[in-house]
Order: sequence, then C-alpha cells, then structure tokens
Amino acid sequence: MREFDLAAEPVRALNAALHALPPDTNETHWRVANPQGKHAIAVGLDAPIEIQIDGHAGYYCGGMNKSATITVAGNAGVGVAENMMSGSVRIKGDASQSAGATGQGGLLVIEGNASARCGISMKGIDIVVKGNIGPMSAFMAQAGNLVVFGDAGEALGDSLYEARLFVRGKVASLGADCIEKPMAAEDRAALNAVLTRAGLEDVAPDEFKFYGSARTLYHFHVDNAGRY
Amino acid sequence: MDQTPRTLPRFSATFDPGTLSEIRRAAATGIYDIRGGGAKRKLPHFDDLLFVGASISRYPLEGYREKCGTDVLLGTRFAKKPIALKIPVTIAGMSFGALSGPAKEALGRGATAMGTSTTTGDGGMTAEERGHSNLLVYQVLPSRYGMNPDDLRKADAIEIVIGQGAKPGGGGMLLGQKISPRVAAMRTLPEGIDQRSACRHPDWTGPDDLEIKIEELREITDWEKPIYVKVGASRPYYDTALAVKSGADVVVLDGMQGGTAATQDVFIEHVGLPILSAIRPAVKALQELGLHRKVQLIVSGGIRSGADVAKALALGADAVAIGTAALVALGGNDPALEDDYAKLGTTAGAYDDWHEGRDPAGITTQDPLLAARLDPVAAGRRLANYLSVLTLEAQTIARACGKSHVHNLEPEDLVALTVEAAAMAGLPLAGTDWIPGGARY
Repeated sequence: MREFDLAAEPVRALNAALHALPPDTNETHWRVANPQGKHAIAVGLDAPIEIQIDGHAGYYCGGMNKSATITVAGNAGVGVAENMMSGSVRIKGDASQSAGATGQGGLLVIEGNASARCGISMKGIDIVVKGNIGPMSAFMAQAGNLVVFGDAGEALGDSLYEARLFVRGKVASLGADCIEKPMAAEDRAALNAVLTRAGLEDVAPDEFKFYGSARTLYHFHVDNAGRY
Repeated sequence: MDQTPRTLPRFSATFDPGTLSEIRRAAATGIYDIRGGGAKRKLPHFDDLLFVGASISRYPLEGYREKCGTDVLLGTRFAKKPIALKIPVTIAGMSFGALSGPAKEALGRGATAMGTSTTTGDGGMTAEERGHSNLLVYQVLPSRYGMNPDDLRKADAIEIVIGQGAKPGGGGMLLGQKISPRVAAMRTLPEGIDQRSACRHPDWTGPDDLEIKIEELREITDWEKPIYVKVGASRPYYDTALAVKSGADVVVLDGMQGGTAATQDVFIEHVGLPILSAIRPAVKALQELGLHRKVQLIVSGGIRSGADVAKALALGADAVAIGTAALVALGGNDPALEDDYAKLGTTAGAYDDWHEGRDPAGITTQDPLLAARLDPVAAGRRLANYLSVLTLEAQTIARACGKSHVHNLEPEDLVALTVEAAAMAGLPLAGTDWIPGGARY
C-alpha cells in the first residue's frame, strides 16, 4: 500500500506519480490522505490500480479515468469521473453536479445523492446513484445506463439519444423527447448487468421504471418546433 | 397608346430579391435556412484599413533581402512544451465529419509543409489527421464527441472551444446526410440523425469553473500542452480577460466572418461581431493585465490575404487562423466545377450548403465518391502555396513599414478609410488625427 498525504504534497505530485506507473506496476494499491476538497485528484490515470481517497474530493476527481478503481470515502465535487473511459469510481458520500459527464465507459457508483446534470452527455458509462439525482440529469445522454434508486429531478433525459435511464423513485418531470417505455428483455439484462457490476444484486429490476428516447427529435421537422 | 411617362419597376432596398426569396422559402418549408460559411453581408473589415508605409520619418527594410521574421511561439505562459510556428497563420478547427478525410489530410499536409498547425473539430481526432499534421491542436468542445485522454496526450495543444464567430452562443450542427457510419461511431450517435450538439460545456459553468477545468486538463497532460481558449467575437474585452483569469495560454478570437459547417443563416448574419471590431478590445484586456504577447492572441474570421494577416498583427494579434480561405485553396467553390454547382442550384463561389454533404469538390462531404475527387497531396500543395503567399505578403508590408519581424507591426502603422472602421479599430481616420469612439471599457 502506497500512502500519499495531500496535506504534505501537492496534487501535481500525486498525479505525476500515478501517471508514471507502467501498466504492469506492482504498486497497485494507493491511499490518499487529507484530500481536503482539492481539485483534479487522480485524473488521467491509465493503470489497473486501486486508489482509496480518505475524505472529500473537489472538482473532477477521477476525470478521464482508464482502468483504475477509485474510491472516495467522502463527497465529490463537480464533474466526478467526467469522461471516464474504463475502470470504476465509487463515491461513498454525495456528488455535486455533472457527475459522470460525457463518460465513455466504466462504472460510476454514488452511494449518496447526485446533484444536477448527473450523466449529462454520457456516452457509454454506467452510473448508479443510490440516492436521488438533481434536475437536467442525462441531458443529451447518448449511450450507457443511468440507474437511480431514489428520485429524479425535473427534465430527466432532455434531448436524450440512446442512453437507458432506470429510476426506482419518482421522476419530477421528463425532458423533451424522453418517455417512459416498457422494459424489454435486453433493457432488463442491461440493468441487471449494471447492478451486478456495482455489487447491488439485492435490488429487483422490476422495482425500476425505464425511460428512453422517443426519437422524435432525431430529425428536423417543422412540426417538432414547439417541443424544444 | 398611353404616352404617360412611367417609372421603371423598382425593387425595395428593404425587400430586395434575396429577402423576398427567403420569405418564400420560409413560407414553403416552415423551417429556418441552414447553411455553411460565415457572414456574407458586407461588414467593416480589414479592407477599410491602410498601412501608411515608411518615408522620411520611418525607415523601410529592403524587400526580399533584409530579414523579416515570421515565427510565433504559442503557449509560453504555463505550458512545458510551447508550440513553435514558422508562420503566423494557423488552420482553424474543422471537424472530420464536416470535412472529408482527404480534406483533413490535405490541411495537415499543407500546414505541415509550412511549419504551422491544424486543429481538430467537433468529432474527435482521426489517426489520419494526427499522422499528417506535425502540429495538431485538439479541441475540447461542449459535445465532447470522441473525447479521450489518449488523444489529449497525443495533441500538441488543447483548445477549449467556448464559441465560434459564426454563432457565438450556439452549438454544433451536422445534418444526417453527413452522419456516415464512421462519423456516427466517432460521435456515439445513431447513423443519419440530424446532430445538434450542446452550446454549453457539460461540466463547468462560468470562469471560476473554467479555471478548475483547465487545471484538470493540465493535470491529465502533466502541464505539457499549451491550452487555448477559443471564443466567438461577442464581448471580446471581457471574454479575453476571463480566459486569461481562467489560466489560458492562448486566446483564440473568431469574428462573425469565420465559417461554420452548418448553422442557421439568421444566426450567422445577426449574432456576433466583425473581427475588425473585436481585436483592439481583446488586446486592451491583455495589455491591462500585463500579458500582451505573453498570453498569445490568435484571431480569425475573414482572413484572405497577407494584408489581412499584417493588419491583424498590427492591431495586436500574435497569429491568425484561416478556415474558409483554406478550403478555397484546397479547391472549394472552384469555377472549374461550375456544371456541378449548377446542378445543385447554385454557382461556384456562392455554394454554401455544406451541411448537405454534396460538395462536388470533395471537401465538405462524407460521400466516398465525392471525397475521392479531392487529391490530398495536390490539395495540400495548393494550401502550402497559399500559406506561403500569405506569409510573403505580410512580410512585404512589414518591411515597407520598417519592421524586422511581423510582430513589430503596430497600430501606429495603420489608418482607417472610413469613420466606422476608425471607431471599431481605434485608428485615426486617414488624413486626420481623429479616432472616433473615445475611451471604452
């Protein structure tokens, strides 16, 4: 276990050390103490390592992650795991807005709540939120799965493309072109797979409602003008 | 027969034939007109400025003989690896998707031959583009299509796109005809849809957040890459100051004459500022912060000649970027293809339906047969030739003004031909010492 104290060394030193790791590194377990809400902790990683961050992280923690498994034992600021490619990021507390924004792959688990724009423009990432999510979540979401155990705020899935949205609680309102759909076998399989990966297999898929794109805004039509 | 004299049929200046045709088109279709390119209306521009040259009070340099430097170093503020350009002309961001593969290759070939950079666009980086561009700027756009950290690390610089001159406040647009299987896969979109990308970045709002976003990008790339911030000419004084505050190494300022792949005509023609009016406020912001020439300024939007280059630099820019002119140099809108343009209901020089993907020159298309019409080697050579001419022309003017480097050109070398241009560019009207407009900001 390699220990790194952000009260003693800057974030730059941590990221430089993490970037220097070869893909077959033996230093596979890291612990980061005193994150103190600092920004850009453990960003741009490209090695199959495990990092435990003991405290609250600021903006963009785990940004553009590839391969690494990152756990934040606290809350996370704006844009946690933004544009993640692979690997996983788990937040033990709450996450601020734009969690998992534009993520292309990997798994983001938020054990608390997530604020506005959770999963905005997601492009293949899987996101599980055990609490509630804020308004404008999954805005223009293109691919991947967003699973919410609690409630969703207003305008869920506005201008949605092909991402799947599963919500167990109430949805305040749906955004333009987002509709509730019957959960087909392949949707249920996708939900099951995400829950399994997240280690949350004690939840029944049938408790969730499924939302997706009505696909009516995929092409310019004058008769759609009033829907925007 | 009635011999009463009659007036000639008279068109309204307000309801001119072009306006009438647009009203009829709108009435027939119910949807706004979409097109490519930049503002087509007549605007105050670099043509409204003149260099005064040298005579008794200023000493010129010998044309062709005496050295006149053209090199530009970009990213000297924070980046470990600034970009060194041999000429003060770069290629603006244009996406694979908007442009064909051969067109992107040709841009890379031409720019590389002249020692300058090209820029990706809304759709990610292709291997061909990276391979043919010695210096490649990777755009980070609101859509983040194809965004990935490997490409970020492969880039020579990173450009955070806040907006562009043709549509400040608007997002990208690429209609279904150009969303080919490859383009769709790069953007994680269904094939053939009309893509409208976001106008706001998904993970930051405002300059305080942008500063942290830039910090993240620097951390991911180990502080190696210059980070540009590109804005459409909107509020250039404040936007430049805020870009600098956010940590930009380079500010890119794009006027309303700058082209887009596809946007509503009403947006292109009615939102944003002509580049002539935007340069001085941006430079003023840099000067007040003590960072002029330390944070470099690249301007674009209607650059056509070495005179335009020289005027932009004299107003305080460090370099210019070209897009539309580069596409013309590749072979776009060529009268040799007039028959093809006529079949599309237009004429060479006026073709702007780039979004339809039927460009007979093979540039703004994803149709493999049309794209194959463009020879990237020959087109790249034409672009290199054109870039060379722009540079030689700028040097010619700089020497005539007595400057041993194009960056030594200054506002004092210029006068304005019109009151409007004088006010916008902060220059005296020719033959007077009158600078209209007074102190601003």
